[in-house]
Amino acid sequence: MGLLSDPNRRRALTKLLTRLNAPICVMCYLAGVAWFMGLAFEPFTLRTYMSENAMGSTMVEERFPAGERALATGREFAAHKKKVGGMPVDWLVKTMQSRGLEVFTQSFTRKLPFPDENKERYMVRGTNVYGILRAPRAPRTEALVLSAPCSEGNNNNQAVGLLLGLAQYFRSQIHWAKDIIFLVNEHDLIGMQAWLEGYHHTNTTGGDWSPLQGRGGSIQAALSLELSSDVITSLDLVLEGLNGQLPNLDLANLFYAFCQKIGVLCTIQGKLQRNDWDTTSGYSHAAQTMMLMVLKQASGRPWGDHGLFLRYHIEAASIRGINSFRQYKTDTTTIGRLLEGMYRKLNNLLERLHQSYFFYLMPSLSRFVSIGYYMPAFGLLAVILLLRALDLWVQLGASPPGTEDGVAGGVQPSSPGVLSILTPVVISHMTGVALYTLPILSQEMAVQHFPVSETEAVVLTAIAIYTAGLALPHNTHRLLQGEGTEEGWRVLKLVALLYLAVLLGCTALINFSLGFILALSLVPIAAFITPHTPKALSAAIMVLLSPGCTLLYCVFVFQELQETPVSLQDGWMLFLSVISQGILDHALYGSLVYPLLALLIYPCWLLLWNILFWK
Amino acid sequence: MAAHRCNIFMLVFVLCGLTYVFVRADIEDTNHVKDAESVAVDIARKANIGASLRSTKTEDQTQAAEKERQWEAETNPADAPSDNKADHVHDTMQNLDSRPAPYAKDQTQEAAEEERQWEATEVKEADHVPDTMQTPDVPPPTPAKDQFQEELVIRPLHSGDIYASFQFRTMWDTDFLRGSKVSHYRLFPKSLGQVISKFSVRELHISFTQGYWRTMQWGQPFLPSPPGAELWVWFQDTVTDVDGAWKELTNVLSGIFCASLNFIDSTNTVQPSASFKPLGLGNVTDQRFLRYAVLPREIVCTENLTPWKKLLPCGSKAGLAVLMKSEKLFHSSFHSQALHFRPVCQDWKCKSTVWELRQTLNVVFDLHTSGQGKREWSLFKMFSRTLTEACPLASSSKVYVDVTDNPQGELFELSPTTPLLSQAVVLGDRRTYSVYDLTNQATFGQTRSLNMLLRWRAAESGDMLRPLLHGERYVAGYGLQTGEIHTLMYNNHPYRAFPVLLLDTVPWYLRLYIHTLTVTSKGRDNKPSYIHYQPSKDRLRPHLLEMLVQLPPNSVTEVTMQFERALLKWTEYTPDPNHGFYVGSSVISALVPSVVAMDTNSTRECPLFSSFFPCKEESSYFMRVYTEPLLVNLPTPDFSMPYNVICLTCTVVAVGYGSLYNLLTRTFQVEEPSPGLAKRLANIIRRLRGVPLL
Repeated sequence: MGLLSDPNRRRALTKLLTRLNAPICVMCYLAGVAWFMGLAFEPFTLRTYMSENAMGSTMVEERFPAGERALATGREFAAHKKKVGGMPVDWLVKTMQSRGLEVFTQSFTRKLPFPDENKERYMVRGTNVYGILRAPRAPRTEALVLSAPCSEGNNNNQAVGLLLGLAQYFRSQIHWAKDIIFLVNEHDLIGMQAWLEGYHHTNTTGGDWSPLQGRGGSIQAALSLELSSDVITSLDLVLEGLNGQLPNLDLANLFYAFCQKIGVLCTIQGKLQRNDWDTTSGYSHAAQTMMLMVLKQASGRPWGDHGLFLRYHIEAASIRGINSFRQYKTDTTTIGRLLEGMYRKLNNLLERLHQSYFFYLMPSLSRFVSIGYYMPAFGLLAVILLLRALDLWVQLGASPPGTEDGVAGGVQPSSPGVLSILTPVVISHMTGVALYTLPILSQEMAVQHFPVSETEAVVLTAIAIYTAGLALPHNTHRLLQGEGTEEGWRVLKLVALLYLAVLLGCTALINFSLGFILALSLVPIAAFITPHTPKALSAAIMVLLSPGCTLLYCVFVFQELQETPVSLQDGWMLFLSVISQGILDHALYGSLVYPLLALLIYPCWLLLWNILFWK
Repeated sequence: MAAHRCNIFMLVFVLCGLTYVFVRADIEDTNHVKDAESVAVDIARKANIGASLRSTKTEDQTQAAEKERQWEAETNPADAPSDNKADHVHDTMQNLDSRPAPYAKDQTQEAAEEERQWEATEVKEADHVPDTMQTPDVPPPTPAKDQFQEELVIRPLHSGDIYASFQFRTMWDTDFLRGSKVSHYRLFPKSLGQVISKFSVRELHISFTQGYWRTMQWGQPFLPSPPGAELWVWFQDTVTDVDGAWKELTNVLSGIFCASLNFIDSTNTVQPSASFKPLGLGNVTDQRFLRYAVLPREIVCTENLTPWKKLLPCGSKAGLAVLMKSEKLFHSSFHSQALHFRPVCQDWKCKSTVWELRQTLNVVFDLHTSGQGKREWSLFKMFSRTLTEACPLASSSKVYVDVTDNPQGELFELSPTTPLLSQAVVLGDRRTYSVYDLTNQATFGQTRSLNMLLRWRAAESGDMLRPLLHGERYVAGYGLQTGEIHTLMYNNHPYRAFPVLLLDTVPWYLRLYIHTLTVTSKGRDNKPSYIHYQPSKDRLRPHLLEMLVQLPPNSVTEVTMQFERALLKWTEYTPDPNHGFYVGSSVISALVPSVVAMDTNSTRECPLFSSFFPCKEESSYFMRVYTEPLLVNLPTPDFSMPYNVICLTCTVVAVGYGSLYNLLTRTFQVEEPSPGLAKRLANIIRRLRGVPLL
């Protein structure tokens, strides 16, 4: 800091920074990307370890014997489901009661803002059934949840069967210290949302549900089980929840530890672990796994029924049974034993899971990257914005003749700039508000005038407003102010840079993946956009790097990483459905990605667009 | 030496006592006693003649009385001073109580006689033989100075579980308020007696509970208690420093019961204005002398059971207490042990008061975990012991089995069968019980041990009558800033509304927003007719909220209140702060409309478990319901961080803040390069000349 208190040296430093600004920025960008890609390289990552004492040393013995009976129950459930044509509520209530649980039901109705074409639902009406195993001599203060969705068709019958089998087995054991809630939820996430809101008596998204009758105190952990075949080859662990929240890493560790102990193949992001980290293919495998996690987390949507628990500070994960064409198969008894072991250990918890990390990325199930390791990658990108802002600040101060000092330059009459930038800022944000509100509000009108369905209407309106925004604001300031000055765009860009830096910084703190992906695409254009660059080329680059296009690339990359590449046509259709899903996630579960993009990131990008066309 | 001196002193004392005793006995009591005895014997004879069918049973009873008499006779020689320590103490105590020893003996005999009669009037034969024993007009003589009764009630629950409730009652006619003068104890536990006299306790209720009573599955318990430890005490109105006495008392009790009662301090003690009225006799209802505290986190285990058992006259050596083996008692769904001390009427005329100590233990055994799915219960299966004898010190020792739902034995089969039946109105419901009298040798049969067996006939038991009142509580909301406490009170009565008293004690670190208090039933605002709210003081006292709410019939009444979670000082966190902080159960006290009209003359005939709470109205009964305790998470710092935080803060302060502060507050000027030597010389000359400098 002595460097800065000496005016001479300070001047030298700022001179250096302004002269070498562009190369430093490029270096930072490349370093940021390289750092990020390096995270998947195994020697740079940490091996996972169990931090929670209560779950570590106390080994438990798993003795669940009744896998076959569970499958039979699952088949019975399937038959009743088919007969009723939905959730067999009465049968479930009776079955759970006969297993010695306290059984309750909750009914809910939900009208979606527009029809969901992926799942073909609009007016949703359903019932959740849950049974509580009361722990002996426990005062109903703590609970664990095991849930299985009652899905359409033939899916998940085995999961419900196993859930009931475990309920029966758990009931005969004496060592439970926490109540265990066995939940069968209808309409997957909508049912789960209704149940959780009922349990916590909140209403964040305006659903309509009947109040719950029985509770088990504060829920400590939850697992959601998805199982659609009698035997499985591997179990997949899904961690990503609402708004990119993740459960405590100890939950993943627990799952991994038991998979190792019992000898079940386990995957994350559907990818097995490989040992050849020093080969290129090994590295790219890890990188793909990590990239998948980043993309899923950035999407901000719950990737399993567990995703909604995380809002309530309940550590939760989904376990998905996968049956592929390998030789090695695992039967239901083994999965039951695995779950029994996990619940026994969770039952041993004295405190909430808090010892391990909440912010992490996983390049494989046994390796993780903690927040301390991945944040520099984002920091390197964010520092570009600050460097550019510093450069602009110095330029703004230096440009009027007569002042020698950057600090003194700030006093100069730059006030015309402040007023002139207000108009584009306000107009961009108004466009953002329009993008956020209009698609749903105007769907009826669109359906009347155009031959499209409601869902298409919403998505197409959103895209239309998004594109219209490009044409709108860059002409307005001239009407009000006359010619834009050189200083004007500089002030505007300074504001836009700082605004973007704050936005991305905050986003990355909450949801690193989203912040990083946005920074990857927005930082270059924010850094180098001026009115003096060649218009056509710059405009093309800007559009290509706009948030909407970033989303499109993400869709393609995601499909590529999942090894299900799509054609351009399908990709586009997928892109449209992703937009509608994003809006639905916001309306149904309170996901924040859509409002963030529409209300903040998009206006910020419009500001930069405005600078390009500054006259 | 000391022992000898003590013996001599005692001998002298005993002799003095004896002379006094005989003089008094001669003057006053002998006639009366003899009269009473002859009447009682007469009646017994009449019964023998009248009810020939029952002769065997009555003979049994007579035998039992004989037995008791024999036992008393055996102890009689000990009246003379002897070296036998136990007898010595025994006698001395009796003498000290300033009552004639022979009189006491006679009286015990009489009590036995009397007991037989009561049993006869109370018990109804299964085969409905006309009862000729309806002659309870005999004025019962005053009972002994102290007596002990024990009782076990077994109630098969509709869920297939089984509920066992032990009650032990010691009554003692003494004056604890004379302070240290009460120093001789026979049946009453001395450790407790000393505490009571030292702290001038008028009523003391303490319970340790592990688990939560599931009202909706199990119905009402005989004695409700909240999870954890609960202690409430009424002090005598002579106590001046109630808070000091309370503090000391909790610490002493903590030692007696091996429990963490010493954690009771001003932050969890309240003085409820209406919810906890004295249960015994007495007119003082000034809440200044009442202290109430709950420790919801207290974990109850064998270490609490052992000292509790030691307070019994027979310990766990004989009588019903042999069943209390901790490995079985704690292999259950619910475990609650309690101790209630209060003044009660000496007899039905209630001319004088005696002190009653009631020790209760309630257990619920789970069908699925300990029954292995078979619906079959026996004493051995429940307690891994059988009964072989009554406590020899007990004046009555009985086992009751609830057979109300099983009049013809279609639901379950009870063996060995007993011809004795008893009816009692418990919690507003008339129940029928099979009675096993342990003082009767015939009860134990050939095997000399009693092992009752309940074998269910039907796989499904009938539907349970929904409990008329039950409560629930939970925390709503998410995040660590605010929250909302919801208390639900269910009135399941089809057509009658009744008022309930709700008591809520909330620790200070949940800052209640009392203006957000809402009470709604059936979607409409329900205005409480009485609200007593005492706001908390940080680190000093908790919130206390008492309300009198009318519950409409067949409704749910919801009481909600928002709160803010306080940030504690870092030393105030528990060692496991991420577990959460407990909020004790709220207490719902109510007079619930009775299912059946209550008997008016139930004061004498009721078994112990039915006569605990005083009933003022015949049509309703008193009931107390505890809700679940709450576990609330408070904002918790990451306690593994202090080292990192200290390092980081020091660095930031030392490096960052100092220099940044410098930069922001100083003004900088570019310094002129220093002039050369020639210039300086020239300037000096110029200054001397008075010419402007260069």
